[in-house]
Amino acid sequence: MAEPRTKKSPRAGAADTEKVASPAARQDLNFRTILPRNLSIDFVGKRHIFVILSTILNLLAIALFFIRPLNYGVDFTGGTSIRVRFAEPTTASAVRDDLDNLDLRDLTVQDFGDQGREFLLRFEIKEGEEMNSVSQTLSTLFNDKRGEGKFEILSVESVGPKVGADLRRQGFLAVLVATVFMGIYIALRFEFSFGLGAVIALVHDVLITVGALMLTQYAFDLTTLAALLTVIGFSVHDTIIISDRVRENLRRNPKADLAAVINQSINETLSRTLLTTGTALFVLIALFFLGGMGLQPFAFTLLIGLITGTYSTIYIAAPVVLLWSKSSRLAKS
Amino acid sequence: MNPGNVMVRLGILLALIVGSIIYLLPVVWPEDSKPSFLGENPIHLGLDLRGGTHLLFTVDVDKGVEANLARTGEELAREARAESIPVTVTHEGMTLTAKLEAADKREAFDAMISSRFPTLEMMPGDASLDQVRLTFTKRDVEQIKRWAVEQSLETIRNRIDQFGVAEPTIQRQGTNDIVVQLPGVQDPQRAKQLIGKTAVLEFRLVSDGGKEPTDKLTAAQPTAGAPTEYMLEKRVLMSGTAVADARMRPATQLEGPYVELILSDSGARDFEALTGENVGRNLAIVLDGKVFSAPVIRERIGGGRASITGSFDIKEARDLAIVLRAGALPAPIRIIEERTVGPSLGRDSIRQGILSLALGGLLVVVFMVWYYRGAGVLADVALALNVLFLMALLAAFGATLTLPGIAGIVLTMGMAVDANVLINERMREELRLGKTPRAALEAGYERAWAAIRDSNITTFVSGLILFQFGSGPVKGFAVTLCIGIITTVFTAVFATRVYYDLRLSQRRLARLSV
Repeated sequence: MAEPRTKKSPRAGAADTEKVASPAARQDLNFRTILPRNLSIDFVGKRHIFVILSTILNLLAIALFFIRPLNYGVDFTGGTSIRVRFAEPTTASAVRDDLDNLDLRDLTVQDFGDQGREFLLRFEIKEGEEMNSVSQTLSTLFNDKRGEGKFEILSVESVGPKVGADLRRQGFLAVLVATVFMGIYIALRFEFSFGLGAVIALVHDVLITVGALMLTQYAFDLTTLAALLTVIGFSVHDTIIISDRVRENLRRNPKADLAAVINQSINETLSRTLLTTGTALFVLIALFFLGGMGLQPFAFTLLIGLITGTYSTIYIAAPVVLLWSKSSRLAKS
Repeated sequence: MNPGNVMVRLGILLALIVGSIIYLLPVVWPEDSKPSFLGENPIHLGLDLRGGTHLLFTVDVDKGVEANLARTGEELAREARAESIPVTVTHEGMTLTAKLEAADKREAFDAMISSRFPTLEMMPGDASLDQVRLTFTKRDVEQIKRWAVEQSLETIRNRIDQFGVAEPTIQRQGTNDIVVQLPGVQDPQRAKQLIGKTAVLEFRLVSDGGKEPTDKLTAAQPTAGAPTEYMLEKRVLMSGTAVADARMRPATQLEGPYVELILSDSGARDFEALTGENVGRNLAIVLDGKVFSAPVIRERIGGGRASITGSFDIKEARDLAIVLRAGALPAPIRIIEERTVGPSLGRDSIRQGILSLALGGLLVVVFMVWYYRGAGVLADVALALNVLFLMALLAAFGATLTLPGIAGIVLTMGMAVDANVLINERMREELRLGKTPRAALEAGYERAWAAIRDSNITTFVSGLILFQFGSGPVKGFAVTLCIGIITTVFTAVFATRVYYDLRLSQRRLARLSV
């Protein structure tokens, strides 16, 4: 190493003069920025408003569970969904009329875009019915009604009720395990209060994202669940970046007021937060609009999750850390 | 940093880049002009992209055990008659009931069971001397179940091999389930029927009103002049195991395509004997509980050939020949999950995936250069290397690229710049504190590292959980997510640092362009 390093104060500050360059060696500092320098927004001071707002949103999301539950895909409920494309534009009700004689249980026909050519048919599998006969029957039927070669079955997804129940249970478990693991990891790498804050922030993010899915009624299938688990990963990602900065600033200045340190840390990392969230938003928006119908619920989930994951670090995780340290300090004295 | 060290790292990086490019060249090189040193296209597309069928079958092992018990019962009755112990054996669910005609033969009967039928045990609660209820021992039931799944796997594999599908996947999942993936199958319906057919073949006599126990079976297809139901003796004279080969025979003037059975040597002997003993009676050919035909036996039939006729078309006759050749399934199987993607949807998905990848990537690239200038260009180079390494690693692990997998790559691109943003922001901060570019560079990398490491570990773990839990396409997403994190950390931290250290070693880092 060419540069001797002072091990005692790992955090650089104005104090370690030895590394400060002579004015001649200094470089210009006119960086391109999106935020003014020495930004100092009072995030922590306004936390109560946002905690209340988040609590209300979370309660609303929980209420939605009862009013407008998730639109589970066949992955989780069992059943069959068939994507079909017709050569000529048609309407959902016309397709429904075609299928009238088949007596399919709980049939829904959803317009799936492409100017009225694509439709998603979904229905339940009757008890004991042979799963493999359905798509055959449909083919024959559409051949009859629409003419040979005038339609194409794009995809068939058929899941037995037992498989669906298994997947639902495993999916719930995966979200739970992921959340708990993240909390433990952060509690070990940082402090208990940080882990607690991260877990509460995660619960918040999952509730908000699932709430948005219930509101929009996007299909909640395996792919959407994958997106939800990714949201958990990214939400923690963001929490860690700020926690890391808080820890560093606390080391440099152990006697400082925790609220002030947290606020300073959020401000210091704010441009990074905006940049990373921004670039991720770029690609997610591209995915949402260009990725096709199949990926839309996936991209939507990640979009909402990314926004709430960034928000919750500042307004959920940080207040929890503050609250915990206050109450533990009270307990000590 | 000493220059030698930098050169070593540069060497590693260049070797990886060149290696990845050569490895991935076959993906884009047109097949007809491809030089021989390039290998096969290493990237496997998932069923959702190339089209195909994913089927999950469950083996009804309980039925398999029952069928096995029924066969054991028939064998028991045969052996007992050979030992001149007159007995009738009836089968019901998991119970065999053996009724002895003479109670004094009981001892001999018991001795025969314990010496030759070790898998059978007597059920408790039998009082009478001339009647025994038998079932399999617990251990044997478990063994038969295991065997039934293994044998089903083998049979399905044989059938698919003969059906002719390129690169099929046939795997066991859990205890009783079997996954079958058939890429690019044009007619999934036919494949499903071919695989799912139990194909239990039986030769049984049509009842002549004698005292043999009987049951009623329906005809496979209604044919003019033939009954729709048959009373058949329960006794199975010959089964599918006697068949050595089966072939589709084209239509003749008299009848449509049919299936010719070529019997094994012992099967041929049995067939000759049974036809000889039953001249004048009707012999029914039963497949999966349906009677295909029941012709009159006119004479003793030698030569070991028999045929199954019915109103088949050529495809049906061919498929029937395949299942008879590949053997019967030891137990009925049922589809519990099916995912079929037609080829055109797969093509659309690839096009849309690449389009969003390109546009999203372009936005990120342009933004990074605008914001960080020199360091932005460097981050973009790292991003390009990231995608290159990610694809190469995916290919090297033999992972399949699925639609959510493409989404994973898009996402990786969005998140990959985070590491460089962290480093660059840090360098700016250090420069603002008045440090030299060199000191700012070192501090930037060193202090950003803790955050980069911890945040990526957690995302990696959520990827692992996803992999553990997910199936098919979701697994594909988890794999790209996890590999993407490794390549991101490598390119964003290791690779960009090589560039800076190279500049440092040439003493050409007067200012940092961040």
